[in-house]
Order: sequence, then C-alpha cells, then structure tokens
Amino acid sequence: MRFSIEFKGFIVIRTSHKLKLLVYLTNIISFTSFALPQHLHVVMRPEKAKVISQLQQDILLLQGYKPADGSAVDMGLGLISEAFPNGSFPLGAVHEFLSQCAEDLAATSGFIAGLLSRLMAKGGTSLWISSTRKLFPPALGSFGIQPDRFIFVDLQKEKHVIWAMEEALKCSALTAVIGEMQEISFTSSRRLQLAVEQSQVTGFILRKNSQNINTTACVSRWKITPLISESRDDLPGIGFPHWKVELVRMRNGKSGSWEVKWEDGRFQPVFKQASNVQVLQKKTG
Amino acid sequence: MARRFVSIWFRHLTTDWFALRQPQLQDVPFVLCTPLHGRMIVTAANTIAESNGIDRGMVLADARAIISELQVLDDRSDLAERLLKRLAEWCIRFTPSVAVDLPDGILLDATGCCHLWGGDQSYLQEIVKKLKAKGYDVRAAIADTPGVAWAVARFGKELVVGSNMNIEALLPLPPEALRLDAEITERLHKLGLHRIGQLMGMPRSSLRRRFGQHFIKRLDLVLGRQEENIKPILPVEPYQERLPCLDPIVTVTGIEIALDRLLKTLCYRLQQEQKGLRLASFKGHRVDGKVVQVDIGTNRPSHNVTHLFKLFEIKLSTIEPALGIELFVLEAPKVEDHFPLQEKLWEGSGGLEDERLSELLDRLSNKTGVQATRYLPDEHYWPEWSLKPASSLIEKLTTEWRKDKPRPLQLLAIPERIDVTAPIPDYPPMLFQHKGKLHRIIKADGPERIEQEWWLQQGQHRDYYRVEDESGQRYWLFRLGHYDDKAFQWFIHGFFA
Repeated sequence: MRFSIEFKGFIVIRTSHKLKLLVYLTNIISFTSFALPQHLHVVMRPEKAKVISQLQQDILLLQGYKPADGSAVDMGLGLISEAFPNGSFPLGAVHEFLSQCAEDLAATSGFIAGLLSRLMAKGGTSLWISSTRKLFPPALGSFGIQPDRFIFVDLQKEKHVIWAMEEALKCSALTAVIGEMQEISFTSSRRLQLAVEQSQVTGFILRKNSQNINTTACVSRWKITPLISESRDDLPGIGFPHWKVELVRMRNGKSGSWEVKWEDGRFQPVFKQASNVQVLQKKTG
Repeated sequence: MARRFVSIWFRHLTTDWFALRQPQLQDVPFVLCTPLHGRMIVTAANTIAESNGIDRGMVLADARAIISELQVLDDRSDLAERLLKRLAEWCIRFTPSVAVDLPDGILLDATGCCHLWGGDQSYLQEIVKKLKAKGYDVRAAIADTPGVAWAVARFGKELVVGSNMNIEALLPLPPEALRLDAEITERLHKLGLHRIGQLMGMPRSSLRRRFGQHFIKRLDLVLGRQEENIKPILPVEPYQERLPCLDPIVTVTGIEIALDRLLKTLCYRLQQEQKGLRLASFKGHRVDGKVVQVDIGTNRPSHNVTHLFKLFEIKLSTIEPALGIELFVLEAPKVEDHFPLQEKLWEGSGGLEDERLSELLDRLSNKTGVQATRYLPDEHYWPEWSLKPASSLIEKLTTEWRKDKPRPLQLLAIPERIDVTAPIPDYPPMLFQHKGKLHRIIKADGPERIEQEWWLQQGQHRDYYRVEDESGQRYWLFRLGHYDDKAFQWFIHGFFA
C-alpha cells in the first residue's frame, strides 16, 4: 500500500469542496485499512493512522459533530459508546427505534427512558407525542425520571404526530421529543433532522409494526428486544430488565449488537460481544 | 359620563316580518290572529288594515265586517320574542350592550357610542335607516334614561332628547308614556290628567295615596331619580376591543390588519394591568347579520401580540367574509394575572416555566384541537386512577410518585381477557394464551392484591402477577376475583420493559 497525498492544495479549496474531497479520501483510506487482514493494521505506519484519524475528526466537525467535551452527556452505555461518532451519543439528532410487537415496544420505551434519565438529569422537559399511546407515566419513575416532567400530546391521526413532532423539535426549550408512529417517509425524516440541527433537541422516533423499513435521514436505527432477565444471587422471581440492543445503523459510527441490563438506576452492559465482529466483517466484505 | 339610551319601537314587528317573507302581502290588508276563549282575536294588523280602523284586541269577525277581503294569518306565540332577540343581536354593531324590550322594542345602551357615528342625530338616523332598509317600520329615540327614550319613541315628536332635558321632553306626553298599568292610565284620564306636565306639580304623598307605590317608582325611573339598568342579551366582556369598518372588509389582508390592530390595543391594556389572556375570541359581524368567529386558548396567560397573532393566523382561513365584515370584535373571556418574570442570569435547560414551551403547546393545541397533558400522581392504588391530569403546566406535586411497586411501562387502557392455566389456589399462572399465541411462564412475582376503592366503585379485587415467558417478554397479568368464586377471570393489563 502506498499513499502519496498532497495536502498543499487544500488551502485554496472552498469548504464545501473540501468536505467532499475529505470524505472521498477518508473512504478510500479507511476502506483499504478495514479490508486489510488484521496483522497489516500493525504494519500501518503510525503517522498514517494519525492522518486518518485527523481527517475523520475534521469530517465530523464539518458535519456538526462536536468532539467529546464537557457538553456531551455520558449515557452510561459503556462499551456501546465506542460505536458512536467521537465516542459520545449524538445529541441534537433524530434516532429511530424499530419494534415489532407490544413487548418490543415496552423494551424500547424502557431503553429510551434510560437514555432520557441521563439527558434530563440536569432538568428539562420532554414531549411524548403519539396517536396510540399506551405508555403508563408512573412507570417512568423506576427509570429515574419524574413522570411529571413529561408532557403527553395524544393526537388522533398519525400525520398530525409527524407535524407536531416537527414543531416540537424546533422548540429549543425541550430536552427531547419522542414520537410514536408506524411509517415515516424519507422527506419527513429529513424535515425532522433539519429541525433538530437548529434547535439541538434530541428526537426519538418509535416505529411500531412498521411494514416498510425505508431509508430515513435519522442518525441511527436501533432495535431493542427483551431478553430473559437474570436475577442477582439466584433469587426467585423476575430480575432486572434485560435487553438485546441492536444498533442497525449509525451515521459515522459502527453498528453492533449488545446485551444491556437496567440495574440500580443505570445501564449495565453485559460483556458478551459475540456478534459485533461478525457484523463488521459482513459490512466490510 | 352622562348615560345615553336608545329605544327602538317596532310598530308592526310581526306583520312586517310576514310581509318580508311573503311579498304578495305587501299591499293588501292582513291581520294575525289567535284563538282566545273560543273566539279569534286580532293580535297584529298591518299598516293598511290599521288605517281602516282595525286594531289589536279586536274580534276577527268585526275586522272582517270592516274589510271583507282581509287576509288572515295564524300568529305564533313566541314569534315577537324570537324576532326581537335576532334583531338585538344584529344591533350589537351599534353598541355592545343591547337588551330586548318586550313586547315590541329594543333598548340600546349607547353611552360613549354616539360620537363614533358623528353625534346623537346621525347615530339615530343610521340605526333607523338600516332597520328600514331591512324592511321594518321603526321609530327610535335617544335620551338620558331608558324610560324617557321609550316614551319619546312612542309618543314624542322630537326624537333626540338632549342631556338633562328629561322633564321638558316628558311634559307634553300623555300618561301612557310612563308605562303604567292600563287601569291607572284610565283613572288618570278620568281625572282630566291628559299630560304628564299636569302631574309634575302634585305632591308625591297624594300621588302615592291615589295611584300606588308603583306609580311613584315609574316616575322616578323615567326622570332618572333612580337608576334603571338594562339586561343585555350578551353579557359585555370586560376585556373587549371593537373595530368598526367604514367599508365592509372582504380580503384576508384586511382581516389580518384588523386582528393585528385589535390585538395591539388589547395586549397594551392587558400589559398595563399586568394581566394575560387564557382564552380569546375574534368575531366578525357580517353585512348579512351573521357573526363569524374564531377562538384560541393559551396554556398560560399571555399578552404577546406576535404569539397570539400566530395562534389566530392558523384559523383565519375558516372565516367566511361573504359580502363583507362591518365590525370586528376581540374578546378575552378568561384573563389571569401575568407578572413579568425575572430573567435568569443564565438560561437553564428549559423547565416547565419556559415561555417557549407554553407557546409551542398553544400552537399544537390550536392546530389539532388536542390539549397536551401533564400527569401528576393521585393517591389511589387502582392503577388506572393512580394519576390525574395536571390543571396547568406549572402545578406542583402534592404527593410523590410511588416507586415501591413495579408498574408496567406499557399499560392497556382496557385489560384484555386471556386463557390461563394456573395451579390453585393463588399461584402464578404456568401458561397463558394471548392473541392466539401461547406463552410458557418461566419466572413470576406476585400476587399483589389491589382492592376496589368501595367509596368510588363496587366490584371484585385484582390479584396482579408479574410474569416472564420463555423468550424473556415480561407481562402484567391479573385475576379478577377470588379463586373460590368459580367465576374469576384472567386478564393481561400491561407489558414490562
């Protein structure tokens, strides 16, 4: 492998062109580096690795991802954080969650409640918009959030949910907006994404029994399913909530699959990472 | 400010209405009649019939004897009242306070309104002209008290009575102008008292002895010695702004300008008084007499013109101006205290007090008609009643949320019946079938018994179990009633995370 890239020319290139060029170059470099056998990684010269990581940082900055500093919120997701760009959960973005049945929906809302408990730790209000809400507010208490800090908007039609969500995402007084819907078109998701880029509100889309899993402009796509709970010290009865967390897609990050428990008011990643490597290998060919 | 009242007398209210509906009756004598004690009595006669000597109270046979080709129509009992009410609503364009004056008149409280039409004379002319154009034969008078206006409209010659001219206007009028009982007026005439002027010089004590207390009271009311209040058909809102238009408005731009102007004046007033509105309605009085209206509500008191305008703007398209809108009215039926908030040195991460939040909720609820809800804990064990909607965004918690008992994140609004295999007497179930799918239960917690709150609702208790099936899905099941009852049933009520 030989790289000879002239960086002198960049000074005169406009920002928009620079972004495209950077993406292009980084894709080539990172693609080749991923495609290489594992032992070649070690061979790669340290300055080259530095160049790549510097380029990736630049791209993230240009795309609006701030480097992990004081403003980032640690979700307590442990190992999963490595899949996020810059190693921190993207705020001011729209995340998409898929669920097939009511049981999945309960697990998904539990996972989101766990994320929100960190997001709303310093105060703030969230909006829950739905046309078919079954969420039982008092249960949010067990995820460390005061249920009275949620405002529920129960609308009649799903198209109103998308409209209301867009309006709400424009309002920077909110911490997060959660919208339950079945389908969302690419255009609508793009509008939501544009709304959050201005206001820096974090959006969560809960898609239930979606027939058409289309491409969306959301920053990530998750799938949360319940797993058999493990109780501590073999006590009888049901243990702590236990989920399989699948990160199907993460823009500028990695996908993967993990097991997570909700225990003592925080996420407890279970150290089983069997499927993570496989998914990566499949993606990179 | 001196009070001014206008009394409008509809001389042929019901017959005019019939003539308007049936044009062929315009030029023929006709009467309305109603049966009374087995005879037909004339209750109203039109101008032509009246000029031939037919009057109300006459028996129909007598009237027919005078004019053989007389048209006869059935009178309706509450027709006059309904017509007057409708006309009074129409008259709101002249003043906000309008009252129906049965049996044949309307009373307007014109205090502070006349100068908008260029004085008493032109105000009165405008009212009479408009009503005559509608097809009603009216006489109207303006005076300081409702009594004098009433008297002058019916018996007077000079219809505009100036300020403090009550007595002079009344002197030449007959005693009927005092609105007395027929018996007393008859007695006055018998005594040769044909003018009110003749009564004025008499001592009050002898007048009271001869004609009763009611007579003295009427006299005081008419002369303005006692205040006579009218009962408006629509209560006048204390926070109301009006904008009459020279020409009827038909365009959206025009309506928007009107709304903007009204909002600015109302909000300025609210701001001065440290108030904010919670409900507002914007009404347009159309040329054809109909009123078009849009309403908005806010989650917290507001006097922000831009925000309120945005709320109205969404709904302005529902206003149909038809031939044009003559008068715009902006009312705030619900107004609350709104104190300026002290600005914080640095902005927090947006609490419930944030104005941007309440403005967002206003937009959502005005567009979709759905109120956003915030829940507060309620002290009930029964799961469905354990929370109540908060009355406002900033209502504080009175009790804490309970966390000691696990509750499912997803709760079914109505519990669904399931088929269950469970060991007796009160063990958790081993199997259950929900929506055609069989779940084998591996782990379970419970029972947690929740009794009915007998002071609210009668019925059986519930025994709740948390269960987990072989694929790790967690449910909230309950048995309704005792195992011994034989009639117990199993339900699924929720899904745990």
